[in-house]
Amino acid sequence: MLMATLLALTASAGAIVFEQRDFDNAEQRARYKTLIAELRCLVCQNQNIADSEADLAQDLRREVQRMVLEGKSNEEVIDFMVSRYGDFVLYRPPLKAKTILLWGAPSVLAIGGIVFLLLQLRARRRDTTPSTPLSDDEQARLDALLKNEDL
Amino acid sequence: MIRYLLPLGVFIALVLLLGAGLGLNPRLVPSPLVGKALPAFTLEQLRDPGQTLSQASLDGKVSLLNAWATWCVECRREHPVLVEIAAQGKVPIYGLNYKDQRPEALQWLARLGDPYVASGFDADGRVGIDLGVYGLPETFLVDAKGQIVHKHIGPISTEIWQRDFIPIIERLASGNR
Repeated sequence: MLMATLLALTASAGAIVFEQRDFDNAEQRARYKTLIAELRCLVCQNQNIADSEADLAQDLRREVQRMVLEGKSNEEVIDFMVSRYGDFVLYRPPLKAKTILLWGAPSVLAIGGIVFLLLQLRARRRDTTPSTPLSDDEQARLDALLKNEDL
Repeated sequence: MIRYLLPLGVFIALVLLLGAGLGLNPRLVPSPLVGKALPAFTLEQLRDPGQTLSQASLDGKVSLLNAWATWCVECRREHPVLVEIAAQGKVPIYGLNYKDQRPEALQWLARLGDPYVASGFDADGRVGIDLGVYGLPETFLVDAKGQIVHKHIGPISTEIWQRDFIPIIERLASGNR
């Protein structure tokens, strides 16, 4: 019973909003699908407008459909949204001074991490190599100890 | 020593960064329309469908454009403040009745008072989209030249009105003289 409820819940959470949208050709439909998948819903902010059932998302899907049918390019549709809601509607924000940290941080962190790792490894290797070679006396004692262990 | 201080420093920097992030409200999306002209629109008026309300109706004076609806709970909370602002008579308030039902909207105004000079009736929400409306109530402060100078998302309280709106309105008023 509990299992069934859980299944029903997860199924509904992952459900894609079904809507009848008519297009002139498959290319338009494909563009519509890409566009609504890349635009963020402002009401439920962690969903794109394809998945959101918010009223506004529904209206925005209608607007996207209208523009696609009018033959607007993907850039024009994106510009339409950005001019009204800002870069926030884009799931792929543009590279700007304001977003440089967002785009740059992963590579900076990755390169920094690798450099840090290499430095650590080098430091460790240095630590294990003896700074002064053993004297003859010490070498003889070491050999004796090692031999002893064989017994 | 630096071996211990460096991770600690990085940790503190991260805490400060994330702490500052927690303090931000993700619901408040800055509008790209602030500083731009109010988008052109023409709507039938709520009270009189024969008359229209357009961006030109707001020309020549500092005014407010308030997006509202009867289904919006926060608008209900904001309404008395708008009535009070309207009573002060400093700034005319225009309404954008967003995706609402006409009889309900008219009843709301009759019961709670009508602070609006006029309300545009945006049944399908298309003008709302042009204005970048995404969560009611939203209020635009528009200067005499039809430029949006400030946008407030969420209900206006008396404090917010005093703190965020009055200084801009006074600055605009002294600039015009």
